[in-house]
Amino acid sequence: MNEFNLDQTSVRELNAALHNPDLAVNESSWKITNSKGRHAVAVGIDATLDVQINGHVGYYCAGMNKKALVTINGHCGAGVAENMMSGTVRVKGNASQYAGATAHGGLLVIDGDASSRCGISMKGINIVVKGNVGHMSAFMAQKGCLVVCGDAGDALGDSLYEARLYVRGKVASLGADCIEKPMQEEHRAELQALLDEAEITECSANEFRRYGSARKLYNFTIDNVGAY
Amino acid sequence: MSEENFNSWLKESATFPRHVIAEIQRAAKTGLYDIRGYGAKRHVPSFDDLLFLGASMSRYPLEGYREKCETNVTIGTRFAKKPIELDIPITIAGMSFGALSAQAKEALGRGASEVGTSTTTGDGGMTPEERGHSSKLIYQLLPSRYGMNPDDLRKADAIEVVIGQGAKPGGGGMLLGQKISERVADMRDLPQGIDQRSACRHPDWTGPDDLEIKILELREITDWQKPIYIKVGATRTYYDTKLAVKAGADAIVVDGMQGGTAATQDVFIEHVGIPILPAVRLAVEALTEMDMHRKVQLIVSGGIRSGADVAKALALGADAVAIGVAALIALGDNSPEHENEYRNLGTSAGYYDDYQDGKDPAGITTQDDQLAKRFDPVQGGRKLANYLRVLTLETQTLARACGKNHVHNLEPEDMVALTLEAAAMAKVPLAGTNWIPGINGM
Repeated sequence: MNEFNLDQTSVRELNAALHNPDLAVNESSWKITNSKGRHAVAVGIDATLDVQINGHVGYYCAGMNKKALVTINGHCGAGVAENMMSGTVRVKGNASQYAGATAHGGLLVIDGDASSRCGISMKGINIVVKGNVGHMSAFMAQKGCLVVCGDAGDALGDSLYEARLYVRGKVASLGADCIEKPMQEEHRAELQALLDEAEITECSANEFRRYGSARKLYNFTIDNVGAY
Repeated sequence: MSEENFNSWLKESATFPRHVIAEIQRAAKTGLYDIRGYGAKRHVPSFDDLLFLGASMSRYPLEGYREKCETNVTIGTRFAKKPIELDIPITIAGMSFGALSAQAKEALGRGASEVGTSTTTGDGGMTPEERGHSSKLIYQLLPSRYGMNPDDLRKADAIEVVIGQGAKPGGGGMLLGQKISERVADMRDLPQGIDQRSACRHPDWTGPDDLEIKILELREITDWQKPIYIKVGATRTYYDTKLAVKAGADAIVVDGMQGGTAATQDVFIEHVGIPILPAVRLAVEALTEMDMHRKVQLIVSGGIRSGADVAKALALGADAVAIGVAALIALGDNSPEHENEYRNLGTSAGYYDDYQDGKDPAGITTQDDQLAKRFDPVQGGRKLANYLRVLTLETQTLARACGKNHVHNLEPEDMVALTLEAAAMAKVPLAGTNWIPGINGM
């Protein structure tokens, strides 16, 4: 196992090592300690690594991740797993704003709560939040699924495109063009698979409601002027 | 009464000229605001309002075609391990695949590469054609993040964080449904045929303190190899420049209000932002005060058309310029050879600005396969290279006349202004006087 103590080595040295194909081939398990809220930890990985971070992290942890499993045994700052392409990022604590922003693929699991704008502009990632999400989550979300086992804040799914939203608890309010839609069997199956993949056993797909785009704002028309 | 006599006694209103009347009538008929491409069409103080003082008794000129006048520029010397070396100080501004056809993007790459300069992606990501034909390619990180991925980030020669553009500072992009082909839709992860709203704010940072951390992340992902530019629309340019330096930019791109767009509300294009003339000076002042002039490179754009514009921008302190609309015109946009088709679209060569419609008879601002096929990227690339060479030769001509052996040696003291407005904005004396409004005297 590769071990990096960020009190002794810099984030730059860590990321350079994670990007080094020779190191990645020789050892796939990585342990990072004393992260202490540092920014840009374990970003830009493009290999099937298992990275354990023991501590809290700052902004953009695991940003643009490809293939790797990154586990944060702590809380994380803004933009965790932003623009992730594939792999899995798991946050054992809470996540700040913009978790999973614009991400194209992979799975982001947040065991605690996520702050505002979780899944903003998501483009194919699946995000599972065991707790609650803040306001404006899934704003302009394009593709993928946002699963919220707790409650959702105001303006959920504002200006939503084709992303699917599943919420188990209360939704404070829905954003523009976001509506509740019936749960069909295919949705229950999709949701259950995501809960299983996220290793969440406390609830089942039957307890969730589904939300999606009404698709009324897809093309500009003066009839919708009240919504603009 | 003959037509000539009939017209001779009609008086057109200065407040309501015919184009204003036509717009009111159009708005009343459709209930929609006017969306169009191109840049601002109104008159604003510009580089045309400046003149060079050629060498005379006190300064030696350089001999044209004999004595060397260098044009190279290096961008990204502050932090990047691999700065970009350009042979000429004229770059191609960001224009998206989606707004432009794949063939047009290829031509921009071909033309720029032929003369040793860079081209820039745009909203919607990087196409293989563009990367393949561009020796130096700047990859834009825009609020929409359409097509953004770490592989292309690493393939790029530099990264440009786009905060705004001159045509619409404070506004997001829009690509209307008629231009969303299957390929464009796929690259942007959206359904085909719907209007694509590019966000006006970045999704994962707010404010310059966050931006500093965002730039740190981009540098970490790319192992500090790539220069990172910050692009802003010209508005509060002095402060934006200082904040961009603080955020860690290697280079700053300031786009004046004359800068073009593929689709924006006319009211936005014509009424938001400031011209590039005062913006250059404001940016240079900010850089100079921070001891960052020439250390953080300044690229300016917005209405650059000729070598005179290039030389004047450099003389005011820019390191390079970028061109957009002028490059499209060089490729064949608004060419009289398509006059009949322009007429069928209700316009004329020289006036065509409906880039948003995707019906461009020149095959440049379209996603229609049949129209796009009309455009030959090889020939287009050659035309662009010719145009860039002319701009460069003109710039060198003016620099030599001022006795400079590098175009960067041009300075504000080489110029005077023709108007009070230009003198105040560019902070050079009104011609025939020593008066710089706001600096000395009243």
